[in-house]
Amino acid sequence: MAMVEKKGPARIAFLIFNYILMGVIALICFMPIWHVIMASVSDPGLVDAYSGLIVWPLGEPSLYGYGYITGYKNIWVGYGNTIFYVIAQCLITGTLTVLAGYLLSRKRFRYRNILTGIITFTMLFHGGTIPTYMVIRKLGLLNTRWAMLLPMALMVFYIIIMRTSIASIPDSLEESARIDGAGEFTIVFKIILPLCKATFAVIILFVAVAKWNEWFPALLYLDDEKLYPLQMFMREILIQQTDIQSSSDAMENLAIYKLLAKYCAIVAATLPILCVYPFVQKYFVSGVMIGSVKG
Amino acid sequence: MSFFRNVATDFRRNKVLYILCIPILAWYAIFCYAPMVGVVMAFQNFNPVKGISGSPWVGFKHFVDFFTGNYAWRVIRNTFVISFYDLIFNFPAPIIFALLLNEVKNKYYKKVVQTISYMPYFISMVVMCGIIVDFTKSGGLISSIVAMLTGTEARNLLGDASCYRAIYIGTNIWQGVGYGSIIYLAALSSVDQELYEAATIDGAGRWKQTLHITLPGISSTIIIMLIMKMGMMLAVGSEKTLLLYSPATYETADVISTLVYRKGFEDYNYGFSTAVGLFNSVVNTTFLLITNWLSRKYSETSLF
Repeated sequence: MAMVEKKGPARIAFLIFNYILMGVIALICFMPIWHVIMASVSDPGLVDAYSGLIVWPLGEPSLYGYGYITGYKNIWVGYGNTIFYVIAQCLITGTLTVLAGYLLSRKRFRYRNILTGIITFTMLFHGGTIPTYMVIRKLGLLNTRWAMLLPMALMVFYIIIMRTSIASIPDSLEESARIDGAGEFTIVFKIILPLCKATFAVIILFVAVAKWNEWFPALLYLDDEKLYPLQMFMREILIQQTDIQSSSDAMENLAIYKLLAKYCAIVAATLPILCVYPFVQKYFVSGVMIGSVKG
Repeated sequence: MSFFRNVATDFRRNKVLYILCIPILAWYAIFCYAPMVGVVMAFQNFNPVKGISGSPWVGFKHFVDFFTGNYAWRVIRNTFVISFYDLIFNFPAPIIFALLLNEVKNKYYKKVVQTISYMPYFISMVVMCGIIVDFTKSGGLISSIVAMLTGTEARNLLGDASCYRAIYIGTNIWQGVGYGSIIYLAALSSVDQELYEAATIDGAGRWKQTLHITLPGISSTIIIMLIMKMGMMLAVGSEKTLLLYSPATYETADVISTLVYRKGFEDYNYGFSTAVGLFNSVVNTTFLLITNWLSRKYSETSLF
């Protein structure tokens, strides 16, 4: 039922102000990203000298910068590695999280309270950077792809939301499957998982986006550039200001392309996220909501 | 003996569950509990070749060195000050944003603003810091605006120790305000609408309604978020700091976690680094427990 409400002048003034403010906040969130995209397709010669907000490509729109960075070998190495890490991490974390969630939701598993305790305690206290590094070193994982995957294999938060989701499935389903002769793994992956696919999808999305953006473990555990994820090369380009050495024929124009190529690299590294963003953002919202329900 | 027979029967019946348990337990043992044992390195002159059993014990030497050294005051102060600013500015921002957005009654406008405001959250830390570096360099967008407003010459703001914290906190808000508001918007939508109708009949204005209905309605969400925030109070993002700081800004930017990184991975002083990290972890955990206890005592809302 819509309420009839009298709007006084103060209320109207507030509403107008509020609508404008919300628009301004949205613009502030959006403009830096837009600025980078527009700068990346601007005329190479003009970008360096311009210090204002770039709302529309400067000069003649061009894709020269993109042509230039395709000749930068490390971008391709980074892309390949990152895609591998994303897929591998989703597989590892996905499988282990489902198994852990299943285990912790089984009432017939008599140690589930102890196991829950063991798992949640790690949220409260952790060993710290150096001891973790030493463990990984001792295991011989340093400078291998495993160092990028195994230490991040499980997250308490994901296990808890998976457990909550699995616990809401009636036990009778499992029992009837068992009577039909289904084994434990068949039950988990053929019966339980399809019923929790919304939660599972949210977890996989969180893992994938976090992995795409991850760089710190690479800094700690990897020396070999061939194993670097994309974000490590982005760090070299953007933070350490390493010049992008392209093998393309525009080599002699390094000075002009220096800044433009940076913008192009940002777009190239962020585009996959921005492309899937409209589709995944509603899942993220539901993910935050699932997480907020106390497990 | 009946205990063992009992376990044996249970094992036979639920063998697969026991097997499933192994990888999970093994992972936690190796990647969480082994490092916890590893903190004893804080009391050693740790040498990775000799390992924990072979390295000489030095007692509390590293802690004494840390607290009497040149950097303890600097990193502890910076960590507290940055955390404190983050708490005052960055914690209420999503709440205020959610409250204001909740007043927007046009569904489409609200949806568009919401969707755009989450966007910065998904940009990687490295890229975001790259954009910050670019905008704050002399001649960059933000530097130019600041120069115009203050009438000074454009300079590299990020290299200026007096601007560092403002940039750090400001960009935190920029990146987190939309995403952080999701949970409050959900809490707001679950506030009983009849309360507002009743309040209107009683003659309460909008402001009064916000104060007496809306805020109490979302207070438990606010408290939970506050406890979590307090628990991470001193875990000032080492990733962001490592990307943004430079020797020129160490004075205001260097925090405990970045000192841990430098001592461990640049000076290879593992024992000292572990000691500083342990100090940070203990303070963090204490903060979390105290906040949780206070909150349980005074508001009956708590994490555990």
